[in-house]
Amino acid sequence: MIPLRHTRQVALRYIRALLRQPAWVGISLTQPVIWLLLFGALFKRTADIPGFSGGSYIDFLTPGVVVMLAMSSAWIGMGFIEDINRGTMDRLLVSPIWRGALNLGSVAQSVLSLVIQSLIVIGLSLAVGAHFHNGIAGVAVLIGVAGLLGAIFASLSNGIAVLARQRETLIGIVTMATLPLTFLSTALMQQSLLPGWVRWAAKFNPVNWAAEAGRSAAGPDADWGLIASRAGFLALLLLASAAFATRAFNAYQRSA
Amino acid sequence: MRPVAYPPGVPRRTLARILELLNRPNGAGKSTTVKILTTLSRPDSGEARVAGLDVVRNPERVRRSIGVVGQKHGLDPESTGRENLEMQAEIYGLTGSARRERVEQLLERFGLAEAAGRIAKTYSGGMQRRLDVALGLVQQPKVLFLDEPTTGLDPEARVELWREIERLAGEEEMTILLTTHYLEEADRLAARLAIVDRGRVVAEGTPEQLKSELRGDTVQVELAESSNGNAVAALQGLPGLSGLSVEGRVLRARAENGAAAVPSVLAALEQGGLQVASATVARPSLDDVYLRHAGRSFQQADTDDREEAA
Repeated sequence: MIPLRHTRQVALRYIRALLRQPAWVGISLTQPVIWLLLFGALFKRTADIPGFSGGSYIDFLTPGVVVMLAMSSAWIGMGFIEDINRGTMDRLLVSPIWRGALNLGSVAQSVLSLVIQSLIVIGLSLAVGAHFHNGIAGVAVLIGVAGLLGAIFASLSNGIAVLARQRETLIGIVTMATLPLTFLSTALMQQSLLPGWVRWAAKFNPVNWAAEAGRSAAGPDADWGLIASRAGFLALLLLASAAFATRAFNAYQRSA
Repeated sequence: MRPVAYPPGVPRRTLARILELLNRPNGAGKSTTVKILTTLSRPDSGEARVAGLDVVRNPERVRRSIGVVGQKHGLDPESTGRENLEMQAEIYGLTGSARRERVEQLLERFGLAEAAGRIAKTYSGGMQRRLDVALGLVQQPKVLFLDEPTTGLDPEARVELWREIERLAGEEEMTILLTTHYLEEADRLAARLAIVDRGRVVAEGTPEQLKSELRGDTVQVELAESSNGNAVAALQGLPGLSGLSVEGRVLRARAENGAAAVPSVLAALEQGGLQVASATVARPSLDDVYLRHAGRSFQQADTDDREEAA
């Protein structure tokens, strides 16, 4: 029970800090709206391309935007770097706090923000005419896989933050990684329309796993086998990332 | 200047171990030493024990026995004072009414009760420091580490913190390891004291011991006008006087018993035709101790260290 209690404390701390920044709350609530409307308008004609199957582009896009939102969790490590720089992290590390709680608490905050943002996107997409063919279950699966992806990115970000301890390093890595990961996936473009080598690379891209599973769950003929396998990959990768983030403190303590 | 009472036996042993750490050939600095003892860093070799527990093999239990107030603020500036303490209490397993009581007690004791609902980043420097110390005390540690706790505090806040430290060592019988750049602070607070210069321990003992090693008192006489060596000649051979030195109009000497030496010094000077403006007798200070052991004045060493660090 101690791991859970400590995780809860860390999560509460980060959630409180966010709620006390009205600007952040405002931005994170508007950002998904802008994405959905912007991408929706920009790629609207994609649905007219020969070979695009299924309904409207907004039906296709909504799961993609939810997955892209999950990638924003890659920035969560900035909070760790701040904690390290001002001494809060050291105070926690000399206490008997369960090491895993430091990452998991931060991951929990990040996933909570993601769920709220996703619900806004989904609500808005319904308002502009999107269909979710499997009802609540499909939406739940979509948010679930996005949550797994967000937790992976958050853990990796925290681990890198602890190892690098420098804002610039983390900013560089996140900027470098997120754009290719987005475009080497079906987040914005249907698989049949991707060039062959991108389709191949996408097989190994966790962003694509989440996009495929989320879109399948929202679409007219859900492939539950595919959903289960992609969710399984994501879960395994999450275990590895969370372990990495927690183990990173060992290196921190060797070199502190 | 009364040394603080510590539980007998404990500090001596603890200190001996710390001295070993500090004396390693590669000269672990003060900060590294504190990091090793608080489990924040692992030593490359050797062992260290805190409260009887091995810091490498048993870090979990060490963490439960110690409180740490680092050089940087440990508090979370985005949380209120109360939230900071509540989280710390939960980490150490205090829940429900036990947690509530402990938190309120600490807020009260550190004069933070009124500001408890305010976000910590709005606190003054002194208040933030008090919250830092309160955070280190939530679990009532056996050993408390204070790493330069008064750096940057105004004099009033410093004296306030000194009182609290004395109370913790006295009433609560806590073993405290304090590092400081202020000799007066060491003098006032330390039961035992190690002077570290360039990563080496150059002197160790109680402040009183260290000072009494510098036999006797300092007698200082200010002359009405510059003496041009006449003064030294006048005092030469006066029994019980040693270490004569003159700087401008100021004459310094050491005497076994300063107060008793003053009349004969004054008489000798008068005989030599020298007018005296004032005379003072002072017990040796830790500054004198530092000067003798480190071969440079504390102020000079402090400046050197800062330049090396920069």
